[in-house]
Amino acid sequence: MSDPASARGYALLERIFREEAGRLTASLVRLLGDFDLADDLVSDALVEALEHWPRHGIPERPASWLLTTARRKGLDRLRRETVYRKKLELIDSLPAEPPREADDRLRLIFTCCHPVLAREAQLALTLRTVAGLTTEEIARPSMIPEETLTKRITRAKHKIVASGVPHGVPAAEDMVERLDEVLTVIYLVFNEGYIATHGDEAIRRDLARDAEWLSSLLVQLMPEQAEPLGLLALIRLHLARWPSRLDECGRLLLLQHQDRSRWDRAAIAQAVTLIERAAALGRPGRYQVEAMIAALHCEATSWQTTDWPQIFALYSLLAAIDPSPVVALNRAIARSHVDGPAAALGDVEILRRELDEYHLFHATRAELLREIGHVAEASVEDAVALGLTRNTAERALLEERIIPGPSREAPASAKTP
Amino acid sequence: MKYMLLITQGEWMTNGNHADRDKAMAGIVEWWGQQFTSGKMVGGQQLQSPETATTVVLERGKYTLLDRPLMEAKEAIGGFGILDVADLEEALKIVETMPAPDCKVEVRPILERPS
Repeated sequence: MSDPASARGYALLERIFREEAGRLTASLVRLLGDFDLADDLVSDALVEALEHWPRHGIPERPASWLLTTARRKGLDRLRRETVYRKKLELIDSLPAEPPREADDRLRLIFTCCHPVLAREAQLALTLRTVAGLTTEEIARPSMIPEETLTKRITRAKHKIVASGVPHGVPAAEDMVERLDEVLTVIYLVFNEGYIATHGDEAIRRDLARDAEWLSSLLVQLMPEQAEPLGLLALIRLHLARWPSRLDECGRLLLLQHQDRSRWDRAAIAQAVTLIERAAALGRPGRYQVEAMIAALHCEATSWQTTDWPQIFALYSLLAAIDPSPVVALNRAIARSHVDGPAAALGDVEILRRELDEYHLFHATRAELLREIGHVAEASVEDAVALGLTRNTAERALLEERIIPGPSREAPASAKTP
Repeated sequence: MKYMLLITQGEWMTNGNHADRDKAMAGIVEWWGQQFTSGKMVGGQQLQSPETATTVVLERGKYTLLDRPLMEAKEAIGGFGILDVADLEEALKIVETMPAPDCKVEVRPILERPS
């Protein structure tokens, strides 16, 4: 037994909660075939643990304790609620020892990120059932009313059960596509934390940490897949630069203005070994390429000495994998460091039709125009960019540019501010 | 001739109290029973609620999945039936007797190809 009243005890409690709640939910979903019931039972068991553990200490085997409690709570519930009557036998037949099948959580992730669910439903459901966050914790940073979020999750769970979404790891022939869906969801969680799309709290470390946890879970569960390793490396490289992202006033700093001495060198080196591990599997993919780009930035001693030709080559590779306009924009930014701003402006201009509503399109044009001396045009573009961004920290950055401040020679990178 | 009946959910399915809904549903179930017994209704099913629907959009050889029904909520399909009757008039007469508090029913002749 450890003392849960201490700070270390609290951290331990939190880790056990997250780990075990996720596992238990995953197992119960499989055993009971009922998302709602599984979720309710785990919540009940956690509430009981919250009351019990701080006073009596964390039990030797928390997983068994939680399962036993969930089972007992389930039976209590049955006596009160006729809806659950059908499940009586199932709950009664739950094993006393928690099943240790890693596959349960993997199945759960793939089910939560099934393509028949809308992206926002996948996100909410993954955070709720896999990462074990409460609806309040999910709703707050995204500024969605909690009630809306609860409805979204309820609906998604209902759809999974009612419309017969298969609960399982996809077949080999669907794996690449389905895994990509899961990775997209995790990366969105990360980005929500890393760059909030709106609201005052520009940095929401918790969400970023949740995404890191989810991707490391995936790496652990699917060691033969390269892309989860790529995503984990990418996330860790971003996290290694986390403390230097803001200035003393809490404003976002562009990569070229960040204090590189504050970057976590050990974490960067570790992330690079993840990329190497992924590369050894011989299955290239977009997250690995993005991680390699981030690694080149992290390894450079300064913005000027960054290996731009290599970064440009990697963006070209990425554009071949993902022909999206945002990737093309980043490729153009990299090109400006290789072939100069005029050549890059040409590449950027081609994207106008698709990116006219995207603030970084205009911010990038502003930077490039300023570099070739078209200052008036650049100011107009800065103003357009400002009108298109909702994020307070990013707004502050753009405002400073319109009211002339310290000169910023190099353009902003759309992906790695 | 055969006619497809595409039946919308009707607001009564989601509004009102339980007792009224159960009563209406009992009447409808009985009606369907009669139509099947008479042999005029040769097929038909009630569907799960519209929010369980997935819509597949095929475009230039690619497909996208939408996490919603094809129709707007107020016209979402709640069920379908297939009538085998002499003509449209007979089909319409039968549909008129359906005891739903509110709903729309599209009656559409099924294209029969010589096999």
